[in-house]
Amino acid sequence: MDLSAINPVLLIASLMVAATAVMIAAVGELVVERAGVLNLGVEGMMITGAICGFAVAVGTGSPTIGFVAAAAGGALLSLLFAGLTQFALANQVASGLALTLFGLGLSSLLGQGYVGIKPPATPRLDIPVLTDLPVVGRILFGHDLMVYFGVALVAAVWGFLTYTRAGLVLRAVGENHDAAHALGYKVRLIRVAAIAFGGACAGLGGAYISLIRVPQWTEGMTAGVGWIALALVVFASWKPWRVLLGAYLFGGVTVLQLNLQAAGLAIPVEYLSMSPYLITILVLVIMSADRSRAPASLGRSFHASQ
Amino acid sequence: MLRLEKRPQPSALFAYVTPFLAVLATMIAGGLLFAALGKDPVEALRVIFWDPLFGEFAFYYRPQLLVKGAPLVLIAIGLSLGFRAGIWNIGAEGQYILGAICGAGVGLAFYPMEGWFIFPLMVIAGALGGWVWAMIPALLKVRFGTNEILVSLMLVYVAEQLLASASLGLLKNPEGFGFPGSRNLQQYASAHNAELFAGTGMHWGVAAAVIAVIFAYVLLNRHILGYHIRLTGEAPRAARFAGVRPARLILFCLGTSGALAGLAGLFEVAGPAGQVSIDFNVGYGFTAIIVAFLGRLHPVGILLAGLLMALTYIGGDSAQSQLGLPAAAIQVFQGMLLFFLLAVDVLTNYRLRPATRETA
Repeated sequence: MDLSAINPVLLIASLMVAATAVMIAAVGELVVERAGVLNLGVEGMMITGAICGFAVAVGTGSPTIGFVAAAAGGALLSLLFAGLTQFALANQVASGLALTLFGLGLSSLLGQGYVGIKPPATPRLDIPVLTDLPVVGRILFGHDLMVYFGVALVAAVWGFLTYTRAGLVLRAVGENHDAAHALGYKVRLIRVAAIAFGGACAGLGGAYISLIRVPQWTEGMTAGVGWIALALVVFASWKPWRVLLGAYLFGGVTVLQLNLQAAGLAIPVEYLSMSPYLITILVLVIMSADRSRAPASLGRSFHASQ
Repeated sequence: MLRLEKRPQPSALFAYVTPFLAVLATMIAGGLLFAALGKDPVEALRVIFWDPLFGEFAFYYRPQLLVKGAPLVLIAIGLSLGFRAGIWNIGAEGQYILGAICGAGVGLAFYPMEGWFIFPLMVIAGALGGWVWAMIPALLKVRFGTNEILVSLMLVYVAEQLLASASLGLLKNPEGFGFPGSRNLQQYASAHNAELFAGTGMHWGVAAAVIAVIFAYVLLNRHILGYHIRLTGEAPRAARFAGVRPARLILFCLGTSGALAGLAGLFEVAGPAGQVSIDFNVGYGFTAIIVAFLGRLHPVGILLAGLLMALTYIGGDSAQSQLGLPAAAIQVFQGMLLFFLLAVDVLTNYRLRPATRETA
């Protein structure tokens, strides 16, 4: 094994890329859960976003339009969940699972003609001088725009939840929907909006995988990233900045195990491949001790008559 | 506009009617989907739902119904126990894989010895494998309050890697010319889960599924533990006053569903599939979730739902070869079924009323 083949600068740079998809999906789910809704369909929305973004980017030749389509696809799918849970008052856990099962099927149906195709390349941000700086340049300035978008999204969500009136209302709906309803807030409407936002984020995260990270289309390519995004929200104790931290931690594990595979570590590849999932379980165990931060109405159905 | 009004009691009538409504709605939506794919919807539905049962080659397809349905019913019965109590085991796919690896592993360890005791030992090992895999989320939930949904799901991906590792390494067929995958258990008499009556599709897994249905029915209706399960799902607070110990319930529900999923995996690997291979698992663990809900978490309902879902698999296969319908279309179809089921469920607990103008 040759550990010196692992370049720490490249490792950090690729860690940021590996973390972006899960970060965007998780911060979207965080907003949904802060509104008191548990949407377990992240994986399904991500994979749908992945194929929508991929197909549209290939069709139009523009990754940007692809990302927009991915967000729209994810949001559209999430509206099915919104309809089930907010209007038909279905169980949120079951509806979320339904969304994932449906999304996995739908994506492989849509993706039939796209196996083996290369999507149009997404340009990297390339600022003269800055990108050429040693170490810092590669880590901070050498990425595609979505990496920065992910960080900006976390900041925006944090600002929204902490400083805006709308954010306060959203949190109120998540903490106590009956009280929020009594105060005259449209609980259902706010939740539908939050679910659609979460769906759009999951779609973007999925498209990041199919358009930039991999970049190609294979069935089931999100491989559990959506579920890891859900775990990340627990890890983050429903706080935006900790989503960023957790995503980088997860990205670090993913990249490191890939690097170790490439370096020929004497552990079979399969065991290295399972490490991100095992670490996620470990992190969940550690974080589960403190459940006090979960929104109080999380997972409960709201019906105005009750 | 219509308005929902909560029923004082869930409607018994709608509890029975809604699954049929959901199937009907799915057939209509599925027909539209098939039409959108450029197929004749009526013919597609006939190929999927009618021909395997009553068509010209039904004698070939009918046994397949049991072969495909048995693992679904076996897994769904286990899942339904937990779902009733609000304990969500979503990782049956992983427990199924572990059951197959452990069971096949025990069988292969005896190769080429023949003996009557080998298959029973494999059955025990399969159930144990699934049980152990389900105990991980169970114990973590009991001890640390960790979310069992996420943990059991993560373990599916871990199990898939273990499966790959087993078919490439430990259990690889030494006479397999380097191809991944184990020896074929169908060619090893003592380990083969053969048909009990030739040509019927009836193997030990089918027998186990029927036993599981009866066992679950008795448990839920005649046993204090089943009462505790139902009570916990319907009124968690009351359950605590009634002396339900949540930790025990979690361990029991997850353990049982894990063991049943493990059994399903073993019967599959020793029978229809024949060998441990990288793509051995075909998503039964996830489809069983749909089966459990479609069967309304009721043992007899699950039996019927499992057969219906098996029909969509078999009909889907022949629609694929006869009409060129993509395999994924059937997956979408199954997902839709769950959607419609959850959507029409509202009629059980709520009444639709024309909205009256609300007064402030």
